[in-house]
Amino acid sequence: MSSTNNSAVKSAAETQQQVRNSLARRYRAERRFRFYGFAAVTAGIAFVVFLFGTIFAQGLSVFQQSYVKLEVFYDPETIDPAGNRDPDDLVVADYQALVRAALREEFPQVEGRPNLRELYGLMSSAASIELQRAVTANPDLIGQRQTLWLLADDTIDMVLKGNVSRQAREDERRLSDQQIGWLNALEQRGDLDLRFNRSFFSNGDSRDPEQAGVRGALIGSLLTLLITLLLSFPIGVGAAVYLEEFAPRNRLTDVIEVNINNLAAVPSIVFGLLGLAVFIGFFGMPRSAPLVGGFVLTLLTLPTIIIASRAALKAVPPSIREAALGMGASRLQMVGHHVLPLALPGMLTGAIIGMARALGESAPLLMIGMVAFIVEVPQGIVDPATALPVQVFLWSDLPERGFVERTSGAIIVLLLFLLLMNATAVWLRNKFEKRW
Amino acid sequence: MSDSAASVDSLKTKVPAKTIGDITVPSPVFSCRDVDVFYGDKHAIKKVNIDIARQQVLAMIGPSGCGKSTFLRCLNRMNDTIVGARVEGQITLDGQDIHEKRQDVVQLRARVGMVFQKPNPFPKTIYENVAYGPRIHGLAANRGELDDIVNQSLRRAGLWEEVKDRLNQPGTSLSGGQQQRLCIARTIAVNPEVILMDEPCSALDPIATARIEDLIDELRESYAICIVTHSMQQAARVSQRTAYFHLGDLVEVGETNKIFTNPQAKLTEDYITGRFG
Repeated sequence: MSSTNNSAVKSAAETQQQVRNSLARRYRAERRFRFYGFAAVTAGIAFVVFLFGTIFAQGLSVFQQSYVKLEVFYDPETIDPAGNRDPDDLVVADYQALVRAALREEFPQVEGRPNLRELYGLMSSAASIELQRAVTANPDLIGQRQTLWLLADDTIDMVLKGNVSRQAREDERRLSDQQIGWLNALEQRGDLDLRFNRSFFSNGDSRDPEQAGVRGALIGSLLTLLITLLLSFPIGVGAAVYLEEFAPRNRLTDVIEVNINNLAAVPSIVFGLLGLAVFIGFFGMPRSAPLVGGFVLTLLTLPTIIIASRAALKAVPPSIREAALGMGASRLQMVGHHVLPLALPGMLTGAIIGMARALGESAPLLMIGMVAFIVEVPQGIVDPATALPVQVFLWSDLPERGFVERTSGAIIVLLLFLLLMNATAVWLRNKFEKRW
Repeated sequence: MSDSAASVDSLKTKVPAKTIGDITVPSPVFSCRDVDVFYGDKHAIKKVNIDIARQQVLAMIGPSGCGKSTFLRCLNRMNDTIVGARVEGQITLDGQDIHEKRQDVVQLRARVGMVFQKPNPFPKTIYENVAYGPRIHGLAANRGELDDIVNQSLRRAGLWEEVKDRLNQPGTSLSGGQQQRLCIARTIAVNPEVILMDEPCSALDPIATARIEDLIDELRESYAICIVTHSMQQAARVSQRTAYFHLGDLVEVGETNKIFTNPQAKLTEDYITGRFG
């Protein structure tokens, strides 16, 4: 009797023992889960460190560039033979001759056409452009001597940065032994040095690595994103407010909701094709223009912003709406005075995600021609331009050794841009967030 | 739990066909005739007839889900905001049908203020909470007038002494009872004719509740007040008339002391003596 009783009703000690056994199992499961989580985070951090390490190791050198110190004589015979200081003549004058003359002065012992050609190869063609700019800005320089740091060729730059070894066999590098000798001589005299790379931040794209800069792509990205933000945030928030607060709940709004969610998952290149067909094909807007890029990226970011904004609106407590309506506020007043301010931080989060995605997009921009080789820095939203991710894509494809560091450099600039943009948005969000 | 549900179900059949007691009062502010409310297919309020008197507190009592809050929300058309809710029948405010096309719902809500179950001050300063109504309705010509309205409303809500030094602090920094009085101040700032209160004390402690009840008693002199409450003691303390709702029916309505001392309907008696609910 008592034994059946025992089996049916467990003693307290037995129950406690069972709980203790299950406890150990539960704690084991928790420890295991923690270990998985920790391992995943560690692996993630390791990859990020590796990625950033590679990018910075390859890209940081782009912020310095090899310059050669030359004493330039602005020879009136060469650049202004007529002597009338005519601006039209000054623009087209032969400034390369000035650079060559300065180089011959630096190495007077070099003779013979092939040797001289090698000597001239030390300098970038940008050197003569700089002289031209200086003279057209200040014609009084003509007849004077000036000591200048002028841009060296990228082959020199690569050797100086150690990317190409001086000890390598002659047929394995683009510099001849003779050029390496001049390079060493210049370096000993202190006339060849790594200086801050101005042209990387002031130039557009170029076929010469030493002249190629990110300014064109940076401005292009800036203009494109400006248009994207100006269009997608108001339209996205407006659409979300209408759908969430005003639209009737019926089949049509259900269909719209499903479609917005689907649009968020559409591959970005499809948006590029749409932009090509509609904006360029149908409306005849210019190719490669930040304006069209902004339109396309707006289409791309709108679903993200609408979805985030609707979620933010849904999260506003209904009691606030009731309070406002109960006070006799109209629907628009309820939304404008109470719901929107509370939902704004969430909407800004959506905008951050959308804009960050837009900044990193290259595929849709390829479709609308923002992949073109554009040297000029864009001055407005209809000028041909390219964008930072597209610039990275373009440079990564080029064979010259100098473009490797430029690719990484452009990625660094892109990351800094992203960081700056997100920091601004987070700051704005925190400013609007009311914690009460 | 299941017991009480069963007993409520068994009581269903005992609902009298017609409301017992005096549904009419002389010169009512609200007059409701044959009011039906549907939530989709659910018939939440069934043919309710009741008048609401001026300068008086009407308490609505009844078990949970009996439709008292639903009925209260008919009076300022807050049910309009609920998808699938449908109100039928006639509700007149000062002789005018509130469902008429000409009746603007914004204006209606300015005339019929509402205090909710959970204190719901706006996430703005105390001052802005009270100033909001006058501001959207354009009741103050300048800042001075607005200051006066805010000052007076807070005084009448018995909150002035506690908040006069911190009008620029958020309304949500106040205690629960203070928040509810702030909501009442916000409501009376637009000078309504009727104040609807939906269980205004259910989230408050006894001391805060007592203050609100005193306040209701004072406000009665200027406004008609409808209060939904779960506390029969509260109904007995603050109201002059009481209406007992049961599963969407208005079972009995009459003077509060009559309802509590000598209820006519069996259901009312069972409820107030605590046999269910």
